[in-house]
Amino acid sequence: MSSSLDPRINRLDLPAGTSEIHQELLDHWQNYEVFQQQKRGDQHVHVGAIHAPNPEMALILAKEQFGRREQCANLWVVRSQDVYATAYEDDDMFQHAFDKSYREGNGYKVRDTIESFKARLYELIDNGRHTPAAQPAPVTEAPLTPAPVPPAHVIVLPPGADNKPRKIILRK
Amino acid sequence: MHIPALKDLLYRLADDKLIIGHRNSEWIGLGPILEEDIAFASMAQDEVGHAYVYYQLLHELGEAEPDTIAFARTAEAFRCCHLVEYPIGDYAFSLVRHFLFDMADKVRLAALSESAYAPLAELARKLAREEKYHQMHARTFMRQLGQAGHEANARMQAALDEVYPVAFSLFEPTVHTDTLVRDGIQPDEDTLMKTWRQEVEPYLRSCNLLVPDPGDITLHFGGRGGHHTEHLPPLLLEMTEVFALDPQAKW
Repeated sequence: MSSSLDPRINRLDLPAGTSEIHQELLDHWQNYEVFQQQKRGDQHVHVGAIHAPNPEMALILAKEQFGRREQCANLWVVRSQDVYATAYEDDDMFQHAFDKSYREGNGYKVRDTIESFKARLYELIDNGRHTPAAQPAPVTEAPLTPAPVPPAHVIVLPPGADNKPRKIILRK
Repeated sequence: MHIPALKDLLYRLADDKLIIGHRNSEWIGLGPILEEDIAFASMAQDEVGHAYVYYQLLHELGEAEPDTIAFARTAEAFRCCHLVEYPIGDYAFSLVRHFLFDMADKVRLAALSESAYAPLAELARKLAREEKYHQMHARTFMRQLGQAGHEANARMQAALDEVYPVAFSLFEPTVHTDTLVRDGIQPDEDTLMKTWRQEVEPYLRSCNLLVPDPGDITLHFGGRGGHHTEHLPPLLLEMTEVFALDPQAKW
């Protein structure tokens, strides 16, 4: 009889001296790769693998492993053996013999263009918005809350002629 | 609205959830496979969370703080049914109990979402969303193991024969049942039980399981009046062990 601080272990009534329990391998089970989509329309992203006897059980088990800690709209499971992969010993084929960085996505030098465009745009907006003479702030009883700061890729414009809010969203 | 009847219902709902949650949490680290260990523990945690929100409703009606209600009562003050009190048994026992309990929860939450007591109706609609996975999990395991035949089917059938009659304890009427119906808070227990049987029995048959004759279901009544099985006091002792060391401690 083993003695543990955990009453659940004591209830198992394990024979003394047992340090390992051997179990038969569940060799009729399979590994499934799990892909999670955070919002409808997003790409499904590989998040891990799961061990299950069939796809339906894989989905049931994947939900608690991967859909529990963060936002989730949809899950896919795919049998790991159905994934065809390149061999790591062939990974030298991904190396270029010459500089071909112009092909790489991050080779396009658009970031500077975007930043300068944004700076110019802010300048235009500021010029239009601020009047030279300081106006007294309106008296208000409501608690002051800072205006929401738009994310860096969103530029909020003053309302147009139709008095509707306008904004520009820059694509990365 | 009759407040003592409402409180009695909330105690029943909350205590069922707390005790089944605690029972199922006993599988943590001992589950049959890692993924299922995590899933089952996660659902157990959901149930304890549901108990907490029911205790909060009771606190709003003038009862003690949720922690005090959960950890500082003797067995006689609990209103849980006998089904949730039994030890975890083997995994088949726990799975069958999980199926029968969560299908009853589904039926009850659907009824409570129409309750005349608005805070309870609102809560029931919220809880039903989380319970959807519990039902999906339970139904899938029942069907997979029931239809698998051989040892799996035999063990599920044995567990069902044992658990099914006890599951009727979920629907034990109380002295407040008629008042709750009159006030529009929930349908009577007999109606809920019939709806549950209509959901559960055809499903069990589709899993290649035989639906046992429950026999005299009143044998398992008593929990709603504070008369429990011998399994509840040791559970409470273990569950409240840390709390009892220093009930005034701030966590």
